[in-house]
Amino acid sequence: MSSGDETPVICLRDAVAVLGSFPALAGATLRADTGEIVLLRGPNGAGKTTLLRLCAGLLPIARGSGKVFGLDLATDRESIRPLVGLLGHQNGLYADLTVSDNVRFWGATIGATDSEVESAMACMGVGGRLRNVAVRQLSAGQKRRTALAGLLARRARLWLLDEPHAGLDAAGRDELDDTLRAAVQAGATVLVASHELERAGQLATRIVDVDAGQVRGAPQPGAGGGEA
Amino acid sequence: MSIWRIARLVAVKDLQIERRSRVITNQVLPFAGVTMVIFAFALDANTQILERVAPGLVWLATMFSLLLIVQRSFAVEAADGALDAMRVAGVDSRGIYVGKLLGIGVQLLVLEVLLLFAAVVLYGETVRVEGVVLLVTTLLSATCGLAAVGTLYGGLAAGFKGRETLLPLLTLPAVAPVMIGATRAVEAALGTADAAVADGWRWVSVLAVFAVAFGVGGALAFGPLIDE
Repeated sequence: MSSGDETPVICLRDAVAVLGSFPALAGATLRADTGEIVLLRGPNGAGKTTLLRLCAGLLPIARGSGKVFGLDLATDRESIRPLVGLLGHQNGLYADLTVSDNVRFWGATIGATDSEVESAMACMGVGGRLRNVAVRQLSAGQKRRTALAGLLARRARLWLLDEPHAGLDAAGRDELDDTLRAAVQAGATVLVASHELERAGQLATRIVDVDAGQVRGAPQPGAGGGEA
Repeated sequence: MSIWRIARLVAVKDLQIERRSRVITNQVLPFAGVTMVIFAFALDANTQILERVAPGLVWLATMFSLLLIVQRSFAVEAADGALDAMRVAGVDSRGIYVGKLLGIGVQLLVLEVLLLFAAVVLYGETVRVEGVVLLVTTLLSATCGLAAVGTLYGGLAAGFKGRETLLPLLTLPAVAPVMIGATRAVEAALGTADAAVADGWRWVSVLAVFAVAFGVGGALAFGPLIDE
């Protein structure tokens, strides 16, 4: 679990990210350590999704500083991306391909073995009769599970999840929570943005509030302290 | 993973999507065929004129079809955020570019062969034995050039609103040199208006230089383009 001395997985200091001319993140400071499940809580438009995309290396940091796994978000975005798995509002799936084709494709991007791909599909409950079904024929929840299986096959070390429970039934939510706990036990770190506070709150090891592009309220271990 | 393994992965995935969806087979090929017939009507079905302009008409139909193939190739990436997901996964953008280029190129090559066949049937064009090598070389080099330009601008337009109209605006002027070179080379290969086979090779060299320039430039520029 977390330790204030080791290199933080995420270390943002007064980070500003701009969408067009709008500062969607307006000086966010956040630290997350290995093994944490951090819940980002906040209203729509607070900057949660932007925070996740910034940590994924998809958005440039306009001001302030930020590091993920000790790599600078200003200069090393390309190196950060392979270490990170982002599941946003979209699933990143190909509708005409089957569940198996999709998970296999995402696994293959990092050279995952067949058994790793099979294990990822089994873990998310899409390895049985669903494996040969085209993604366009799946329900929203089944698509979400397939996307999560792809993430699992990619062996991401930092999971950035935006409303991951959306569209999942009760069993799917339980499986997702179990998967995230297992991933954390295996050394991953999870940052999750959710409006389902009861469910995600039970899962989280720490909750932080995001509002008006800033991280507020909850304690931020090591912020202002140890640097990567 | 190496650029070539990523390229192979992306190309195989794109061709697999086409094999399952049959959009190119059921929509683009008929569109190209209808275009050839409409040209014949527009030129008053005059066999002499049609024979004379057949090479140009084949490449015009190819160019219009290219736009549809490229639109389709990037629509499947944008539909559920797969291109974004590839960026987050740290998949090498040069590999993505080369893979998309190969996928588009294979589809384009099949289309060109069928359009040449249509020119023989509809316009009374004949293929002479001594021009076959020139014809095949022209098809290959022109296809590489068209696919290189299409992939580059397809990736660029994918991130913009109104991409359907932006793509032709960007692509058509850029492929004009391929259009001219390929038409002249095919005229030489087929002996249209008594053109000699030897005349075609200098146009093939123009096509080859164009393909290499756009291929290399595209591979280098694709990452920053889709990132911004």
